[in-house]
Amino acid sequence: MVKWTDFERATIQDIFSKIDYEVVGPAAFSRCLIVYPWTQRYFGGFGNLYNAAAITSNPKVAAHGKVVIVGLEKAVKNMDDIKTTYKDLSVLHSEKLQVDPDNFNLLADCLTVVVAGQMGAAFTPEVHAAFQKFLAVVVASLRKQYY
Amino acid sequence: MSLTAKNKDTIRTFWAKVSSNAEAIGADALSRMLVVYPQTKTYFSHWKDLSPGSAPVKKHGATVMAGVADAVAKIDNLTAGLLNLSELHAFTLRVDPANFKILSHNILVVLAIMFPSDFTPEVHVAMDKFLSAVALALSEKYR
Repeated sequence: MVKWTDFERATIQDIFSKIDYEVVGPAAFSRCLIVYPWTQRYFGGFGNLYNAAAITSNPKVAAHGKVVIVGLEKAVKNMDDIKTTYKDLSVLHSEKLQVDPDNFNLLADCLTVVVAGQMGAAFTPEVHAAFQKFLAVVVASLRKQYY
Repeated sequence: MSLTAKNKDTIRTFWAKVSSNAEAIGADALSRMLVVYPQTKTYFSHWKDLSPGSAPVKKHGATVMAGVADAVAKIDNLTAGLLNLSELHAFTLRVDPANFKILSHNILVVLAIMFPSDFTPEVHVAMDKFLSAVALALSEKYR
């Protein structure tokens, strides 16, 4: 059971209430495909991922970015049991999608960079720590069903 | 994953834009690292104050970024250029090289905060590669 302080809870709710899902999801996901190009291996059906401009303007990339951030919202709404909330998603990523779980950390880092850019000075070290703790719990929960 | 000519151009151009803020970048990155990755505090037990923006943190942040600036100037041969720094980290400081990745990540987050429109995905990948190359050069003398 993860223990959240009042500050951490409030911070995560606050961040997700303020960010624009239409912007942050696609931005984080496309950044991941650009900064860590080997992650493109899972998206062979997405069409043109040839360079940064193509990735940023690719409609399938944008759509999938939104899918990911909406998925994160489930964890935001169930912070006290992210592990159970993500059980099926973990099985999905392990058995059907067969994603190397190390990739979850890469996407988490890109999400941190994008949210930091959006929030600017409001992304203080304490807010940053809460956000990364949240993402670490998400990543651990997604890894849980792998065997 | 070595730096391409294009990467180096991107890095030099971006660094020219941000270098006047080097001390602030270093101070914020280090402050953040100590809060977000508390295990890194173990290397600074000799400091009186480890809180964000404290005097020792600011001073050391500036020192670190001076090293980064030096690395930009020596980008064409980091291993040779950073040999003394590598010896310092390997024999005197004995910082576990895993921590280079942690500090690099925090530098990137600070760049995203301070330069949101300049820190595009292309600049991000170039800077990530650069900081990884610097970390590798710093690790050279470890064993």
